[in-house]
Amino acid sequence: MTAALARMRQSFTEAPWRLWLAQLGAILRIEIRKSMWRRRSIWIYLLAFVPTLMFGIHALVNPMGSSAGISGDTTVFAYVFQFFYLRVGIFFGCMGLFTWLFRGEVVEKSLHYYFLAPVRRQLLIVGKFLAGLITVALVFNASVLLGFTFLYGHYGPAGRAFVFNGPGFGHLLSYLLVTTLACLGFGSIFLALSLVFKNPILPGIALLLWETFHAVAPALVQKLSVSFYLTQLCPVTIPPEGFLTLFAVLAEPVSPWIAIPGLVLLSVAVLVFACVRIQRTEISYLAD
Amino acid sequence: MTTSTSHIVFENVSKFYGEVLGVNRVSLALPPGVTSLVGPNGSGKTTLMNLMTGLVRPTQGRVSVLGLTPDEPEEFFRHVGYCTQFDSFPKSVTGFEFINQFLRLRGLSSGEAARLTAEAIERVNMAPAAHRRVAGYSKGMRQRIRLAQAIAHHPTVLVLDEPLNGLDPMARSESIALFEALGKQGMHVVISSHVLHEVDKISDQVVLMSYGYVVAEGQIHGVRSEVKEHPMQILVRCPNPHLLASRLFTQEHVVEAKLNNDGGGVLVRTRDAERFYQLLNRIVVEEDFPLEAVAPNDDDVNSVYQYLIGSGGGTV
Repeated sequence: MTAALARMRQSFTEAPWRLWLAQLGAILRIEIRKSMWRRRSIWIYLLAFVPTLMFGIHALVNPMGSSAGISGDTTVFAYVFQFFYLRVGIFFGCMGLFTWLFRGEVVEKSLHYYFLAPVRRQLLIVGKFLAGLITVALVFNASVLLGFTFLYGHYGPAGRAFVFNGPGFGHLLSYLLVTTLACLGFGSIFLALSLVFKNPILPGIALLLWETFHAVAPALVQKLSVSFYLTQLCPVTIPPEGFLTLFAVLAEPVSPWIAIPGLVLLSVAVLVFACVRIQRTEISYLAD
Repeated sequence: MTTSTSHIVFENVSKFYGEVLGVNRVSLALPPGVTSLVGPNGSGKTTLMNLMTGLVRPTQGRVSVLGLTPDEPEEFFRHVGYCTQFDSFPKSVTGFEFINQFLRLRGLSSGEAARLTAEAIERVNMAPAAHRRVAGYSKGMRQRIRLAQAIAHHPTVLVLDEPLNGLDPMARSESIALFEALGKQGMHVVISSHVLHEVDKISDQVVLMSYGYVVAEGQIHGVRSEVKEHPMQILVRCPNPHLLASRLFTQEHVVEAKLNNDGGGVLVRTRDAERFYQLLNRIVVEEDFPLEAVAPNDDDVNSVYQYLIGSGGGTV
């Protein structure tokens, strides 16, 4: 046991960490540039900034604050966040970006350049994933931040007081955290799916159905859903409504101290699977 | 230095794509120098190269390059460069960026990567077009920039899949000269090509493939002499070819002696080249027979390819 530990420690200290860091930096430079500026990313930007535009128009139309008041607008923002950002915007944004990280290289027949570089494939997974995460998290967090600013900014001093002296700032931080965690969770899953399926759209739709209707599954199984953790972390609770609530199983709520590490662990587990998968990946573009 | 650390070694390697055979039971040990992989389309040349570089994994057997495997990519790809036949590039890159970004993946500083990039681009004569987008390159330019990418890190093993495709005669001859020079420096240069007469000039050894099997391998002269079904052709140039032909007809190992069209030589087909040369020496020495030149006429990759693969095959 001690010998095994000593061997592990030795291989850890002897690992070429500086080289790996330099390689990770190089992968990030290539991939962030690709993700940010390629034509395919335009619809992700559009998807992300639709609600921002709505909140902007809302602010312009009601320059001194809307009739719904701050608490009404807070509820509206919570609905938009949970039903648009989490279930549509971030979900499809991650689907579009993360499934293309490797599939895109296969379609464009350029993955072999990475496979012929002195880079561990696991490092390639980590680098591409981080690049995707940085891109979508940046885009959607910017959208949330702008939307939040528009929503409370047009209330003037009352809005500022809500944000800086009331619960507003805490809400904002929570939304930014949930956005980042959503990108992490959905991103890892879509990356792994793209390594398993040639066409990840169908499994993506299955995932969407699961994420939407997971509440009717047994309480324990619900914990395998990304949305399960995310909704628990949202600062404003939305009461369950509609037909499905008849079948919903109320799972025991989890504290943020479990939800955040739970989601991170889920993503890490999925990425470990992706790392194992890519080790066996062969270049056969003709089959694709 | 043992064979395993100085050679490219295939140990009983098979590769199947589902039920389709890629290569079957290949055992090879390729020494340094220029090695040509020769065979018709679908014979397994590219599969063999992909196996060598880890782009595909063997279904059975083991491949190592200088004792290394792609499971240690940091060390393996420091030594190996592969110019594949895929005529594709990452989107929207210039020739310079294409080479430079993959050099940066090696952990090189930006200055060092830029220096090696410029050097590689210079080596394939692409400097004037280096900062243009690859999408606007001609096929030959794309081929050259991919070659530059494969050699930019100064590999000791260079694998080239159809590297002469799309090149004009000038670029082709420059590339061949480059491969030859690299081979003479002690590098492993493994080339697959359909332009047999051109790779023949620079090949130290040849691997002939057909239907996923290695049909023959070794130095081309050795391979040729092993093809027993086809007598060796030797062209003897002399002022009295009819006299020489009549002397040769008396020998049982001489199958045919044909006067050359220009009347200045005899094309001899013999089952035993060694005995033929001994006989020729005797005639020259004992009868003071004047000779201008003696040279094998089918001792090249093209002929061996024709004998073994092109016309129904033969056995070694």
